[in-house]
Amino acid sequence: MPRLDLVPIFLPGRQEMLDCLCETLNLQLGLEVRQHRPGFDAQTSFDPDRGQYNSTALLRMLLGDLPVETNYVLGVCGVDLFIPVLTYVFGEAQLSGPAAVISIHRLDPSVYGLPADEELLCERLEKEAIHELGHCFGLIHCQQPACVMRASTYVEDIDLKPAGFCHECNPLEVTATCRIFP
Amino acid sequence: MDQNAPGILIVDDEYSVRDSLEKWFQKDGYRTASAQDAGEALKLLQEASYDVALLDIKMPGVDGMELQRRIHKLDTDVTVIMITAFASVETAVQALKEGAFDYITKPIDPDELSHLVRRAIEQRQLKAENIQLRQKVEHLSMPEQIVGTSPQMQEVLEMVRSVAETDATVLVRGESGTGKELIAQAIHANSHRRYFPIIPVNCGALPESLLESELFGHEKGAFTGALYRRKGKLEMSDGGTLFLDEVGTISPKTQIDLLRVLETKEFNRLGGNNPIRVEFRVVSATNQNLEQLVEQGDFREDLYYRLNVFTISIPPLRERREDIPLLAQHFLEKYARQMNRAFTEFDSSAMELMVRYPWPGNVRELANAVERALVVGKAPVVVEEDLPLQLNDAAFLPAGDSLAEVEQVHVERILEQTEWNVSQAAKILGVDRATLYNKIKKYGLSR
Repeated sequence: MPRLDLVPIFLPGRQEMLDCLCETLNLQLGLEVRQHRPGFDAQTSFDPDRGQYNSTALLRMLLGDLPVETNYVLGVCGVDLFIPVLTYVFGEAQLSGPAAVISIHRLDPSVYGLPADEELLCERLEKEAIHELGHCFGLIHCQQPACVMRASTYVEDIDLKPAGFCHECNPLEVTATCRIFP
Repeated sequence: MDQNAPGILIVDDEYSVRDSLEKWFQKDGYRTASAQDAGEALKLLQEASYDVALLDIKMPGVDGMELQRRIHKLDTDVTVIMITAFASVETAVQALKEGAFDYITKPIDPDELSHLVRRAIEQRQLKAENIQLRQKVEHLSMPEQIVGTSPQMQEVLEMVRSVAETDATVLVRGESGTGKELIAQAIHANSHRRYFPIIPVNCGALPESLLESELFGHEKGAFTGALYRRKGKLEMSDGGTLFLDEVGTISPKTQIDLLRVLETKEFNRLGGNNPIRVEFRVVSATNQNLEQLVEQGDFREDLYYRLNVFTISIPPLRERREDIPLLAQHFLEKYARQMNRAFTEFDSSAMELMVRYPWPGNVRELANAVERALVVGKAPVVVEEDLPLQLNDAAFLPAGDSLAEVEQVHVERILEQTEWNVSQAAKILGVDRATLYNKIKKYGLSR
């Protein structure tokens, strides 16, 4: 079974959420999921001018910290992420590469002045984690509304799509593009 | 990467911008390439085509604005989106003035970027589709080929070419069956109005009241039986061409109404109060002597002058006999294709008969004769017997009314009948051989 390392970054007090995510990714994607603490200083990815963390820099750090026996690594952040040219990103992944990073910051309803909703946050986190890992498996954005690979630029877009892949994107069926199921 | 996917070229001197945008668009399934300066960008554009170019306005050396100009010289189809770090209305307006699709400021909102690029690509696809459809429409709306190499027809075609683009009102004159509607269609197809309809109205086929309703349309309840509002032909031809066939048959009342519309380009539907503005070109056709009708008081002089701005007269087929073989072959090929019959040509006697025949029904009659011949004949050659009988009877009738014309045709017919045996022909004609030789010389007859 291919292995995925889950790395919490600036995510204190969210162990239960992480455990839940591990279980989902194991069941949904058939991955052996382990958690480990980051072996790098994530604070160096902070941009004081923007008050956000550079997701591309975090990806580089995750790759440098990748254990030999691990196939994929997913960083889960509690802080807001950006890539230099964009105002923000929910996450970033290497297309057909081993690393991805996601942030729960903009997935949290309380960020938008709404009442906190842990269940909704977990749901969004699962979808974003599967979405970014889908890119790692070589999948690009899908036009199907009922597919987790549909692009989401607003948090509401995430709520509209399911956590599963459509028939065309399902990595279990798309063996040619999927490295975890060769 | 899908080589058929829409292509995006990113030009920015900052590596992180190029890298992150390329990755971003790749995940959307686009084909991407990036360049750090204008030189590299132009090189990439020469190697492959891109749908959208994202250009940073501020770059060392050649800036985004200048690069946009150079890109448009190289490939006018590329949609340019400007990226700027400083939202300056002046530069943005300048960029848009010079043809940029839009501009965005850094850092870019991901949602805005997605929508903008999708919109740019959609617009480009629509533009390409529009060009394709226009080509199809042009092909479909091409009038049937006008066949004729005679100087008279060449002159007619030259007049069509010169008047088509001018928007002038045209009066097409010619006997019945000479192809007046075809000429009207050719004028329309060669004018800037070709993407709008050409609306034909056969003025002779409709009684006065019906023609009025046909031209002007009517409101619901305008008259008994007017159950619905209906647009008239004038309204339908808005932007295009109104073709008034047999214009000489229009009643005096409709002539007044029509004249008013031609002058004001405004009319009311029957039973309606709201004036409707229309903009169309008028091409009319007649086989009547309009000048005589004006003299007799049957056609309004002012309408006559309004319609008769430019006249094209189509000569009858008997006055351009050299076109007959070409036209006959054209119709043979056309109908053979339609009927799926393997006809290829006419034998010499059939062709000779057609060239001699005066064709009072003009090209239409010739087309019908060929069509009939293909129905009754045996492929691959049309022979004399396949042609309608009246052709045989009439082909040798005098071409004119003068004694000389009658004599010429008769002498020629007897010579043909005797296969140019002068002695035999002279005997039949009741003249001596010398007289017959004189007649042959006089009329320039030859085998």
